[in-house]
This record gives sequence, C-alpha cells and structure tokens, in this order.
Amino acid sequence: MSLDFTLAIGDDALVAAQRLGEWTSRAPEMEEDIALANIALDQLGAARLLLTYAGELEGAGRDEDDLAYLRGDREFRNCLLVELPNGDFGVTMAKLFFLAAYQSPLYTALAGCADERLAAVGAKARKESAYHLDHAALWVKRLGDGTEESHRRMQDAVDEVWPYVHELFAPDPAAPVDPSTLRADFDATVSAVLDEATLTRPETGWAPGGGRDGLHTEHLSYLLAEMQVLHRAHPGASW
Amino acid sequence: MTGAREAVAVVVDPEIRVVTIDELGILRAVDEEPGTGRVVVTITPTYTGCPAMDVIRADIRRALAAAGHPDAEVRTVYHPAWSTDWISDTGRAKLAAAGIAPPAPRGDGTVVPLTLAVRCPRCGSPETTQISRFGSTACKALWRCGSCSEPFDHLKAL
Repeated sequence: MSLDFTLAIGDDALVAAQRLGEWTSRAPEMEEDIALANIALDQLGAARLLLTYAGELEGAGRDEDDLAYLRGDREFRNCLLVELPNGDFGVTMAKLFFLAAYQSPLYTALAGCADERLAAVGAKARKESAYHLDHAALWVKRLGDGTEESHRRMQDAVDEVWPYVHELFAPDPAAPVDPSTLRADFDATVSAVLDEATLTRPETGWAPGGGRDGLHTEHLSYLLAEMQVLHRAHPGASW
Repeated sequence: MTGAREAVAVVVDPEIRVVTIDELGILRAVDEEPGTGRVVVTITPTYTGCPAMDVIRADIRRALAAAGHPDAEVRTVYHPAWSTDWISDTGRAKLAAAGIAPPAPRGDGTVVPLTLAVRCPRCGSPETTQISRFGSTACKALWRCGSCSEPFDHLKAL
C-alpha cells in the first residue's frame, strides 16, 4: 500500500543523504566534496517531501521530523544498500551508482502514477536523480577504466555492494509503482556503464534483504544515533 | 499600500541576489482574496532540497507586510516541477551580467548532459570546460574558461 511504499523510498533518500553527508570535508577533492554534499541535499529534499506525505497517510499526526528523528531502527523501511558504511571512495560510488540507477526509473515511473502527491515528487526528483546517475556513472567509468589500482578497487567495490541491489526490486504489486518493474531499466543502465568501465558484472548469488520489514544491519543504529542525538536531547528545540 | 504582486515580485533570491524570485520562475502566483485582503503567494522550489526556501518565505512575508498586506500565506507547490526554461529573459541577462552563465533551453523534457558550448560570462568565449557539475548552490555547476582562464558558475539546465 501507499504508506509502506512512501516510507520505504523516503527512508532510502533520508539514510542516503546522511551517509553522503559524512563525506563533507573529507572527499578526495574540493569539487567532489561539493558534489556529494549537493547530492545529499537533493536526497534530503526528496526525503522531506516523502516523509511529510507518509505522516499524512499514517494519520497519527506525525510530521517529517517525528518520522526522521523519533523512530528506532526497527521502524525504518530503507533498503540495506543505503545504510552500508561509505567504505572507500569506490564503494561510495558503487553505492551511489546502484542507488541512482534504481531511483532514476523509480521517480520517472512515479511521475506517471495515479497518486498525485507521489507523482509531483517523482516529476521533481527524477530531474535531480538524472544528475546523480550521470555523476556516479562518470566516476565508475573513470576508476574502472583508470589505473590498475583504481580498476581493482572499483571492481572490489562493485562486487561488495552488488548483493544488496536485489532487495530494491522485490515485487510489490500493490505499491503505486511495483519495484520489480524497474529491474530491466536498472540492468540495462548497469550493464552499459560497467562495460564501458571495463568492469565485470558480478554473478547474482547471495541476496540479503529485510530492510523493507525493518530488519537492518547493525550499521543503521549507529547512523541513526548520530543523526538523531541532537533532536532527542533537546525535544522541540528550534532556531 | 502597493499591490501585492508588485511587492512580492521584487523579492530577490537569497543565494543569487541579482535576480528576483519572479525572474527565476520560483514565484508562481499571487492571489488576493476579495473582501478579506488576505494574500496567498504560491512558490515552487528550484531543487527539492533548496535551503533558500525558508528565507524566501520569510522575505515574501516581510515584503508584503511592508507593502500593507500583513495577512499573508505562502504555499509551496511541487507540480509542475520547476524548469530553467521558466527563467525570464531579463533574469538570464542579469545572471550573465553577474558572471553566472545562464542555462541553455532544456527542450524535450529529458535531462541531457550538456556538451554544448557554455559561453564564458566574462569574455564570451565558447572554449569552456566543466570542472564540476555541482557548484556553490544546488542549481549551479562549476566551469572554467579556456580563453580568459576564469572559473565561473553555470546555472544547470533542469
């Protein structure tokens, strides 16, 4: 149904924003620092719209802040992919590339869905997502088709993150957009970029999941602790 | 008391202070409710996460109050999604004059990575290269001119 779906994709965006924000002041070059912060900001923007709407669908009077700051890890519905640690820059780019290759067709499909609120978010976010995909793909190609060292590390990153992409496409026929319908688009994007990057697409085997049911890796709790501590320590504070 | 539309139209963008929210296409509508005098302003963000929106809302209310319209509401809409095609010709000219290369027309509705020449807003040379597709604000990319060597901001086509 719409609430679970909205919460899931809203949490994807929120957790991705928090992870990408960790790169601020630590990226390998200043332009990349700004780029990652900008992408994080786009993700946060989408998360705010989606969580606000999720709160309205729930009908319990919770707003975006209540949902972001006052839920525990078991109540989050994000995929495992976004909560994984940043790793090295290659891992971060592999994560961002797979996420954007999923979000881009997702938002495009949402733009045409029957739910007007989700359609508006989709129409807005797909334009931003296209830039994220372009940026991440550029790095995957540059590192994959770069030096021996960068190639090795980019391939390692793709191999490490790949098992976590399958969860994104678990069928949900009742959702406004059934995620399983996005898989073909995702596969086409990934194959084209990996080919150009001289990287090998991993075999599909182990496929961890559970994020959509609130069953997360231990990494999410630490991420939430950092994200939520201020809000919880000073309830109702504003500036 | 001046007209509500005129008062709101001159509010400048807090991050690109040379252009107004009207010229950028952020301002969608200004409606005065007959009888009550209540003003409803409708705006749309350039990017979903644009941090300037709170300041823009506050500036709109302040401008309206100063123009004799204390009863004002600012609504934010997301559909239809903002496009750089909504930036007016005056807005484009002001951006260029301030050293920010204005966006090319977006055309057919898909985001195309721009490989077309972006002209340097300082010397007009088309020999420019993109340094980073993300710049000092969500809506800008960073470019450099090969002729005069100056770096400059480019408002990304969206």
